[in-house]
Amino acid sequence: MTVKVLIPGPLRRYTANLESLELEGSSISEILADLTGRYGDLKKHLYNEDGKLRNFVNVYVNDEDIRDLNQQETSVQASDVISIVPSIAGGSSCA
Amino acid sequence: MSLGLTKSQMAAIYDHGERAYPHECCGLLLGRFEPEDRKTLVETWAVENNWEGSGEFGLDDGQTSQRRFMISPDDYRQGERHARSKGLEIIGTYHSHPDHPAIPSEFDRNNAWPVYSYMIVSVEQGKAKVLTSWTLDDDRQFQNEAFFQAKEV
Ligand SMILES: [Zn+2]
Repeated sequence: MTVKVLIPGPLRRYTANLESLELEGSSISEILADLTGRYGDLKKHLYNEDGKLRNFVNVYVNDEDIRDLNQQETSVQASDVISIVPSIAGGSSCA
Repeated sequence: MSLGLTKSQMAAIYDHGERAYPHECCGLLLGRFEPEDRKTLVETWAVENNWEGSGEFGLDDGQTSQRRFMISPDDYRQGERHARSKGLEIIGTYHSHPDHPAIPSEFDRNNAWPVYSYMIVSVEQGKAKVLTSWTLDDDRQFQNEAFFQAKEV
């Protein structure tokens, strides 16, 4: 099953400038695995060194944050639209 | 990479940093990606520092908005909609470092998106001092980004 995924601006450089992709999978983790399988250079920007999705990467199924669903195990249907939306955070001194 | 911006755009970033002091200010840089890795800033888009809500997005590390900022996904999307309505794109972001040098912190680096310009203005005792710009390289390290003064349009 393929699902439509919207790619945010700063990652399009890694997806041949495509704004949306049809990716294979029935859960968010499968879809993200398909994404990073096709575009390997994306991986380090989406995941930290421990293989965890970076906090500033927000994934929505339609309008629902996967943090409010079943995280990366959230299942998806062909009619869903997945969006990856940035939070932008930073600061000055380290904690 | 290099970034072109005007004197009044720089002034807008300085002003925002001074208004927000002693808290960090933040905003989006709207403009165009040009050939040869250049960017042109067309509009600065001030965003309210939403650090207080950062827990919802898993970003809260116990620091306050004097040391941290967050542009929420909703604010990001609002800025993006505005940019698109003018035929522009988000090309980066800016924030201030109150009483701290204009050098990216480890927290900045750990939270940075590729491609974008990260402009930082240091604000000492309420007065904006130094403006710098940075972009991530392929190893997720910040490299200084040259910026040059463009003509006012
Ligand atoms: Zn910073």
